[in-house]
Amino acid sequence: MEVIETAFTPWASLIGGLLIGLGTVLLMAVRGNVLGATGILAGFMTPSSSSDWAWRAVIIAGMLTAPIAILLFTGGFPVIEVPVTRGMMILGGVLVGIGVTYGSGCTSGHGVCGIARLSPRSITATLTFLLTGGITVYILRHVIGG
Amino acid sequence: MQKLLIYISGLLFGLGVSIGGMANPAKVQNFFDVAGAWDPSLILVMGGALAVTAPGYWLLFQRGKPMFASGFSVPTNRTIDTKLVGGSAVFGIGWGIAGFCPGASIPVLSTLNADVLIFTAALIAGILIAKGMMKVTASRKGAAQAA
Repeated sequence: MEVIETAFTPWASLIGGLLIGLGTVLLMAVRGNVLGATGILAGFMTPSSSSDWAWRAVIIAGMLTAPIAILLFTGGFPVIEVPVTRGMMILGGVLVGIGVTYGSGCTSGHGVCGIARLSPRSITATLTFLLTGGITVYILRHVIGG
Repeated sequence: MQKLLIYISGLLFGLGVSIGGMANPAKVQNFFDVAGAWDPSLILVMGGALAVTAPGYWLLFQRGKPMFASGFSVPTNRTIDTKLVGGSAVFGIGWGIAGFCPGASIPVLSTLNADVLIFTAALIAGILIAKGMMKVTASRKGAAQAA
């Protein structure tokens, strides 16, 4: 693995965060659901009914439209720089899938929706995954890589 | 109308993830790398999202019910158990290794970026593995209770 330096982007990141918040509040206002990517994806793969599947398909379609809209307006897709190997991508993906299933949520479900409701479970989950994420990158970059 | 609004909700979420830098593994790893090439941008993504969601949810819950449903479907479980903490710990390790989380990888699938496709396929495999393991544990528990 390598280190790709990235610039601090306070405005883009703040605007991005506000947009995530707007989308999250809109779904709660319309259908009364939390906007957790893990729950939406898991329910999309194994839906409990056809109407339950339909809204998940629609919100995923909306999400997939975003990079295309950005391409049309700016002439380029969002920047995706990958400092890790394909093997790490696969290992990371499998661990994320197992972790979010046992932990009942990810950054969106726990980190945004859950913390916004002051859910003790989500606050615990978020502190846990931020901590282990930080420890993992520290080990990868400064212990193994250092 | 309901479908259109749900679509817009997904679009806003996808735009936020893409513009905010959540879907850029280099930025995510640098966010975690406080001792090295630290890029604190993602604090603003989470902070911005919470600054809208916390008061937005509060107002909605005061108001009573959603536009197209009889009530809010909000998780009611309040138990902090090993499953929650262990699962979240494993999620964080995977997030640190790959630099993608589920909400970040799903919107950018439409870029057809090979790493995004590989990560998401592995993510789905991980979800299916975990569901399979949970079923085995549940049936063992059931068998133990029956015995």
